[in-house]
Amino acid sequence: MELLDKLAILADAAKYDASCASSATDRRDSLKGGIGSTEGSGICHAYAPDGRCISLLKILLTNACMYDCLYCINRRSSNVQRARFTAQEVVELTLGFYRRNCIEGLFLSSGIIRTPDYTMEQVVEVARSLREDHGFRGYIHLKTIPDADPALMALAGRYADRLSINVELPSQEGLDAFAPEKDLPGIRRSMARLRLRIEEGREKGAPRFAPAGQSTQMIVGADASTDRQILGASTNLYSSYGLKRVYYSAFSPIPHASSALPPRAAPLLREHRLYQADWLLRFYGFAEEEITTGDDDNLALDMDPKLAWALAHRAAFPVDVNTAPRETLLRVPGMGVKSVGRLLVARRHRRLRLDDLARLRLSLPKVSPFVVTADHRPRFVDSPRLATALPRQLSLFA
Amino acid sequence: MPGVVLAHEVDWEGFRAAARALALGGIPPDSVVWSVRAIDDLFGSEAPPVSGEGAFRLPRALVSLAETVIQASDPQRFALLYGLVWRAFQGDRHLLEQITDPLVDRANRLAQAVRRDTHKMRAFVRFRVVNDGGEARHIAWFEPSHFIVEANASFFVRRFAGMTWSILTPYRSAHWDGAELAFTPGASRGDVPDDDRLAEYWRVYFSAIFNPARLKIGAMTSEMPRKYWKNLPEAAAIPELIAKAASRTEAMEQQTALSAPRPVLRRARAPAALPNSDLARARAEAVQCRRCPLWGPATQTVFGEGPADAAIMLVGEQPGDHEDLAGRAFVGPAGQLLDRALKEAGLDRAALYVTNAVKHFKFAPRGKRRIHVRPETGEIEACRFWLEIERAHVAPAVTIMLGATAGQAVLGRTVAVQKDRGVPLPLASGWGVLTVHPAFLLRLPDQEARAREYELFLRDLTAARTLAEAATRPISPS
Ligand code: SF4
Ligand code: SF4
Repeated sequence: MELLDKLAILADAAKYDASCASSATDRRDSLKGGIGSTEGSGICHAYAPDGRCISLLKILLTNACMYDCLYCINRRSSNVQRARFTAQEVVELTLGFYRRNCIEGLFLSSGIIRTPDYTMEQVVEVARSLREDHGFRGYIHLKTIPDADPALMALAGRYADRLSINVELPSQEGLDAFAPEKDLPGIRRSMARLRLRIEEGREKGAPRFAPAGQSTQMIVGADASTDRQILGASTNLYSSYGLKRVYYSAFSPIPHASSALPPRAAPLLREHRLYQADWLLRFYGFAEEEITTGDDDNLALDMDPKLAWALAHRAAFPVDVNTAPRETLLRVPGMGVKSVGRLLVARRHRRLRLDDLARLRLSLPKVSPFVVTADHRPRFVDSPRLATALPRQLSLFA
Repeated sequence: MPGVVLAHEVDWEGFRAAARALALGGIPPDSVVWSVRAIDDLFGSEAPPVSGEGAFRLPRALVSLAETVIQASDPQRFALLYGLVWRAFQGDRHLLEQITDPLVDRANRLAQAVRRDTHKMRAFVRFRVVNDGGEARHIAWFEPSHFIVEANASFFVRRFAGMTWSILTPYRSAHWDGAELAFTPGASRGDVPDDDRLAEYWRVYFSAIFNPARLKIGAMTSEMPRKYWKNLPEAAAIPELIAKAASRTEAMEQQTALSAPRPVLRRARAPAALPNSDLARARAEAVQCRRCPLWGPATQTVFGEGPADAAIMLVGEQPGDHEDLAGRAFVGPAGQLLDRALKEAGLDRAALYVTNAVKHFKFAPRGKRRIHVRPETGEIEACRFWLEIERAHVAPAVTIMLGATAGQAVLGRTVAVQKDRGVPLPLASGWGVLTVHPAFLLRLPDQEARAREYELFLRDLTAARTLAEAATRPISPS
């Protein structure tokens, strides 16, 4: 098979993984040899028409797999065409694209062939060759296989910036129905071991171990899991294993799928709401119970979760932007972490008025019903009427 | 009206010298006309038109903002910057903190535009490789919106220091020969050779990584505006990808509906060969325990460890964060303190059987941490099942109970640690000694209290050791 055909098959097989980050690793450059650099924030070198950033060469080493995860195009029972790269081919493609400034590095995963250890060995060999034979200083993300040999994990952590293990579904019941070979406790034990090693690696003089930490992915809308279950799982995973990110990936149809799966894609808006909720949990001081306490176990699709919270807690508003503490300002719909930071600086020097908020790049129609400024106090409008009056994002395509 | 002619579009040195002279000379911003020399001159910068004496220092934040803003294509930027310099020089302190001040706001917007353009250049420059007498040269064509090439070139040096490359743009070109960075005047698109072979590979990759069921054109164009497309080899594939997305998705959905259901296999978890000792079997079975809800959020069951014929059993409360991750009892900070104390009390941890009253970590998630939560009586009761198996098999002469939960689990009643600590308590089998949990010592904020409590803790452990030594002599208690 031609290399070009393999590339088409093994990139297609990798596209259901939402992870793309190339950030948060240590700073490196090639001034003293080798090739490549990493400088804090990663770079998105292109965007596909699905709006996803292309930062890394995201491919599978092979799409042959012994496992039979129903939602996966590479599962044993799928009749997709199979291909396999040699380690050398992946190394050359990575370096070739990198030299042309198409990518920040490589995200390599693989279907499971022969044994988990054998597969992991092949994946690690690519990373080893890039780092040791070619002095590659760019970003490497390796998908790891739960319960692989600890010696292989140590090597993976030495070469990679980030490691990940996908939980895919939030509960073992979900996995039993859709990914019968996957074992959630085993996945969690692996994440626990990774966390311990990553933390050891941060100590002075310790051998390098995945400085950009670990991440995971959950598929949304393939099984019946509710948003509450999904966010509960995320909260647990963030706190237990110090994950850098949980990615949510709306289930999307795959060729020759099993009829146990939903026939259509899950709404991308649901995925988007989960990301918003995830952000509220991590950066805005919201607790999981606050976001998902309604009668509904799922997030509202017609408004973002912060607005939904604000409409359900009208007594907490209006908030005076000239006196409210940071935590309170972060709960105002339409205010982000950055704009709150800027607002706090700006208000040291003047009493803020509405036009100051506009200069802080806040959207007045969104923010003004919830805030008091030197020249503005909102009239009380009941929540249902306010909800219909507010500008809202109903579609991702707008 | 004084006029300042700068040598080129990003003549920071010239601007700085002129601004200094003007400010010291007391010349206000609205009476200065700024321009850039018509014939772009990379090297010479004109002597400042006015001169004055005195101290001239700009706040560091202003310098760094100005170095960014000067790269903006807006011809008004010099006047804007001098306006800020003037105000800072006049003693307007915290100038840049006044984010909503119109002048500061304008400067911030320009800086933001420059930063975005800088980022896009790092993202969208695409090198082609040409073979120059056997040596590979990398050449790119890029059309920036601002004057960013000079400041941005060092990024490409850090990344591609081992390559020979040139980035050509309409106003300026940057060249790296592997050792030195050089700038030449602008070039034209025709100076860059055609795509090389790998451009085709990149297009194939770009097409394959696109998921047609997730078409979101707006999200793509907001980050990769069309103006960049003509210089991106992969962009040529976009129109067809968009045109066929709907039919490809529909085809997949059709296939989905047609294919037959697959019988769902139960996960075949081969039961590991059952260990022959009862204690080892209990340990293996406890992995799957669901006797109370604590297993759900935790990582794993943390069972006791140590010789099955240990004379002393140590019972703690429950595994902590570290123990839950490692799957072993007393390996975190409290475990380290315990190890130290055991050694000082003359006890060898390896000779003890170490376990917990409750085998799963109970916690409340807080961001990236987990906060320990005390187990409730129901949970302690449920988990006594395992503790009793351990106690029955190890049958220790002495059981050291660390803290109230351990005391409650072993004695079957609530205990007051401070009241009953350190004295031999008769148990159904052997003796018990109650003391504090080492985590209690770690939580004491005050050094002195901690030292005092540590001594008491040592005293209790030593009492337990003495008791065990007495008990393991031929005459047994009770
Ligand atoms: S293990 Fe499951 S998800 Fe991973 S490649 Fe194989 S079938 Fe797909
Ligand atoms: S805490 Fe004890 S009783 Fe509860 S599930 Fe865990 S092992 Fe079982």
